[in-house]
Amino acid sequence: MIRVVLPPHLRTLARVDGELTLDVRGEITQRSVLDALEAAYPMLSGTVRDHVTQKRRPFLRFFACEEDISHEQPDAPLPEAVVSGAEPLYIIGAIAGG
Amino acid sequence: MSKVRVLVGTRKGAFILTSDGKREKWDVDGPHFAGWELYHLKGSPADPNRLYASQCSGWFGQVIQRSEDGGKTWHQPGTPPGESTTGPGGMPKGESNKFVYDGVAGTHQWYDGTAHPWEFKRVWHLEPSLTDPDIVYAGVEDAALFRSTDGGQSWKELSGLRKHGSGPHWAPGAGGMCLHSIILDPSNPQRIYIAISAAGAFRTDDAGKTWRPINQGLRSSHIPDGTAEVGHCVHHIAMHPSRPGVLFMQKHWDVMRSDNAGDLWREVSGNLPTDFGFVIDIHAHEPETIYVVPIKSDGEHFPPDGKLRVYRSRTGGNEWEALTKGLPQQDCYVNVLRDAMAVDSLDSCGVYFGTTGGQVYASANAGDSWAPIVRDLPAVLSVEVQTLP
Repeated sequence: MIRVVLPPHLRTLARVDGELTLDVRGEITQRSVLDALEAAYPMLSGTVRDHVTQKRRPFLRFFACEEDISHEQPDAPLPEAVVSGAEPLYIIGAIAGG
Repeated sequence: MSKVRVLVGTRKGAFILTSDGKREKWDVDGPHFAGWELYHLKGSPADPNRLYASQCSGWFGQVIQRSEDGGKTWHQPGTPPGESTTGPGGMPKGESNKFVYDGVAGTHQWYDGTAHPWEFKRVWHLEPSLTDPDIVYAGVEDAALFRSTDGGQSWKELSGLRKHGSGPHWAPGAGGMCLHSIILDPSNPQRIYIAISAAGAFRTDDAGKTWRPINQGLRSSHIPDGTAEVGHCVHHIAMHPSRPGVLFMQKHWDVMRSDNAGDLWREVSGNLPTDFGFVIDIHAHEPETIYVVPIKSDGEHFPPDGKLRVYRSRTGGNEWEALTKGLPQQDCYVNVLRDAMAVDSLDSCGVYFGTTGGQVYASANAGDSWAPIVRDLPAVLSVEVQTLP
């Protein structure tokens, strides 16, 4: 199972507490995890990536194993620690403002 | 005894203010959707407990919310609380967040005159059908009109508006290129009016298939051709349901009136201290009584002289009186945004407006005197009122 940590506002929207787990088929990538996330929690469709372009929303970032992987290709494999469930994929709202 | 329910959208959540018909004591419920921008909330005239809300965020985009109990509880359409969010095969039951332009989105004009792709940003205004609680219209940025016929579960663009011909020449105003006003004609289900900043006002007479600009008579000195067919920065339009051919408009500058469904406008700013502003609304029982809140200028979005004054005309424009009783008359530098005024339909018409300073003011006597319902909300984006039995 893939562990995902959402930012607080999206946890409220999805009506979940803490981190969530997803059963992801095939290779574990940003795209496959987000596909599984939106299938399980359709209320999150469009909140992490654009409906049409499928691009990450500009003020969200993806972190794993203490690394910013936001600019990795959507189909690049996620780190083994995420695949094994040892580490979660963090979806984080960027700190923006003054 | 009748009740009123005031739906307030703010920069950091939604608030629901309720009172009995006296409108003296108020209950304040909220924030709903704390931390999110609530551009607009509105109830269905056909089912007052059915509410729609536009919830959005610079981080997470657009979410549509719906309530079946007058705002006590909310859910995203298609995903009722406590039920599975997916149907057979794992498909989502609803796609209420999904606003996708019809066909090739194309381009509009950007601030520098170059072509810029149409990009959905947010829903500014939700207008439920007058007769069917499951039909609702959404005015969005970048400007387009969407309609849902399944209670907000899915949305389809009425693309005849954007593709009627002038779309590539539309350009955003300072607040973005938003479709902010939607008026449904109660006497003619085929007729809808909308307004866009900074394209102008438009009308359909075939339920949204085809549209025409209705901006003749508007004069805008800040655009290259001041009397152009499109390009006018219309801030808000209003119509009284008993006279659907009469429209009032607060333009960027100028308060305007049309007596022929927008075919021709004439200025009725009269003796206003400034004719810049955002809101305009009409008394529930007197279609010639209209309200505006003059704002100093496009560069200084606050009331002239630090005095918050609603202006009322009982003559359909031109002759205006300042309404000041109960409103701050010194050191007041708030703004009143375009969707932040509404009226109730009790015998003594109530008038309500919200400010960027977080106050929501109410008058239970058609504007003669005012009192704040709340003083310290986040900046108010929209105010709607429901009169309940």
